[in-house]
Amino acid sequence: MTISRQFLAVQALELRKRFLGKRAIPVYLLALIPIVLFVGFAVLSFLHLGHNDPIAHDRVIYAALFRTLILRFVVYFGCVAIFVPLFRGDILDRSLHYYFLVPMKRRTLTVAKYVSGLLAALVLFNGVTLATWTLLYLTHGTSALVEQLLSGHGLFELSGYLLVTTLACVGYGAVFLAAGAFFKNPIVPAVAILGWESINALLPPVLKKISVIHYLESLCPVSIPQDSGIAILADPASPWVAIPGILLLAAVLVYVAAQRVKRLEILYGVE
Amino acid sequence: MIVFDNVSKFYGEVLGVNRVTLTIAPGVTSLVGPNGSGKTTLMNLMTGLLRPSRGHITVSGTPVDHPEALCRKVGYCTQYDAFPPGLTGYEFVHSTLRLHGLGEAECRERALRAIAKVGLTDAAGRRVAGYSKGMRQRIRLAQAIAHDPQVVVLDEPLNGLDPMARAETIALFRQLRDEGRYVVLSSHILHEVDLISDRVILVHHGYIVAEGAIAGVRDEIDDEHPMQILVRCDRPSFVASRIFELDSAVEIKIHEDKGGLLVHTRDADKFYLLLNRLVMEHDLELEAVAPADEDVQAVYRYLIEKDGPVS
Repeated sequence: MTISRQFLAVQALELRKRFLGKRAIPVYLLALIPIVLFVGFAVLSFLHLGHNDPIAHDRVIYAALFRTLILRFVVYFGCVAIFVPLFRGDILDRSLHYYFLVPMKRRTLTVAKYVSGLLAALVLFNGVTLATWTLLYLTHGTSALVEQLLSGHGLFELSGYLLVTTLACVGYGAVFLAAGAFFKNPIVPAVAILGWESINALLPPVLKKISVIHYLESLCPVSIPQDSGIAILADPASPWVAIPGILLLAAVLVYVAAQRVKRLEILYGVE
Repeated sequence: MIVFDNVSKFYGEVLGVNRVTLTIAPGVTSLVGPNGSGKTTLMNLMTGLLRPSRGHITVSGTPVDHPEALCRKVGYCTQYDAFPPGLTGYEFVHSTLRLHGLGEAECRERALRAIAKVGLTDAAGRRVAGYSKGMRQRIRLAQAIAHDPQVVVLDEPLNGLDPMARAETIALFRQLRDEGRYVVLSSHILHEVDLISDRVILVHHGYIVAEGAIAGVRDEIDDEHPMQILVRCDRPSFVASRIFELDSAVEIKIHEDKGGLLVHTRDADKFYLLLNRLVMEHDLELEAVAPADEDVQAVYRYLIEKDGPVS
């Protein structure tokens, strides 16, 4: 009972920071980028200024944009901006001691903070995925959108994208929670991980598997033709490997972060 | 008892405190020392915010590396003037009680009671960001005592308080002491705390240089070591004329901008009483009152070099 109350108390404080704090502004701006882009496409389409590609072609374009713009850019940097400050932000604001002066296990605090970050990320980035996917089909008219949703095919596709977005938030969130707990300047690991994830397409299949993006792209519902230049060169991971793999990675990283937080001291002067 | 057993804390190569062996009994205990002497380090160690590099600390038998048990017993008002963003005074205290795992009704009742104790009931619904420095200090104090801790640790708790709030806060410390609690507070102003302390611990360069009842030492300081106090107010000439009526006044300098004065006195208590009376009876508007010079350092030099450590 006490732990659940403490958990909810952390959510109340953290969700306010995640959605209303000054550090939420860059996340909102990031989330707006693909929405503005897709709104632009939709407006051009309504004005008959854009080309009228068939839906099948647009699905592939969306699959590529989802991988590059949403997954690798918006969700990645969004998770940096949401999860790194979970502890690092409180240290910089000199307010972490309020959490350390209550009778709460540090691992409970770590998990509660991670969940608050995850909730914020899921709301924002699944919102982005939902909005952009909807805008894509709206360019073909509302009837096309309704047909896609009712056919089951479109619903499956949308669910797939939402699942991938969710797993990206789970995986990258845990990575950047740990980075924020270990590094004074988490930008360095964030850039290093981005570099690794970015060259994933060029890596041999064995190394490809040591990345989050490989498993996320394996789960994407629409594949990209090989000649598009950004296709997966190795065999995609099975969902039975990819989903538990990302969840396991997240669990391990949250545990490692909790161990680190357990040893944290309040030394604001040297941060 | 709060027990420090041969405790040292190093920040890398830098000494925080060294070989501290202390036993703190219930009542009001003041840690006094100049800035950087190690007072905050001792407080952070006894509240579990820092881990000792060497030695052991227990608070009523609880090791300080067990926050779940320790933080039920301890309330700590730090000197970090930071708050979770966007909260009102009530929400700040209430949310801390929620973090303690208490039920909603109990949180509400305890938060309101603690806020009333520090005299902020009227401002409880306002955002902390809009509070004055003294109000922020008091709301932190409310947050530290709201869960009824057995041990209350207060880092420079009188900083930034006007004379009225200072008197109320001191009365609160006495009340906590009368309830049988441990009150451990810090100050770099000996005069400020020795009136309310059962015992004083003098800290200097990370070492405990003196501990025990300080009354005798203080009398000696009063007689032989006048102190300077800076006052910023609206009528410094009026204040100066009244201060000269005290036989303990040594020298008074009115600031060039006519917005304050520097008082050199042998009896700070008499001076503070007079100042309180001027505020109450003559509506004197005080902007700031603070010890002004190298006095604190000088007091330590005096204590440390004249007779050696006092105990």
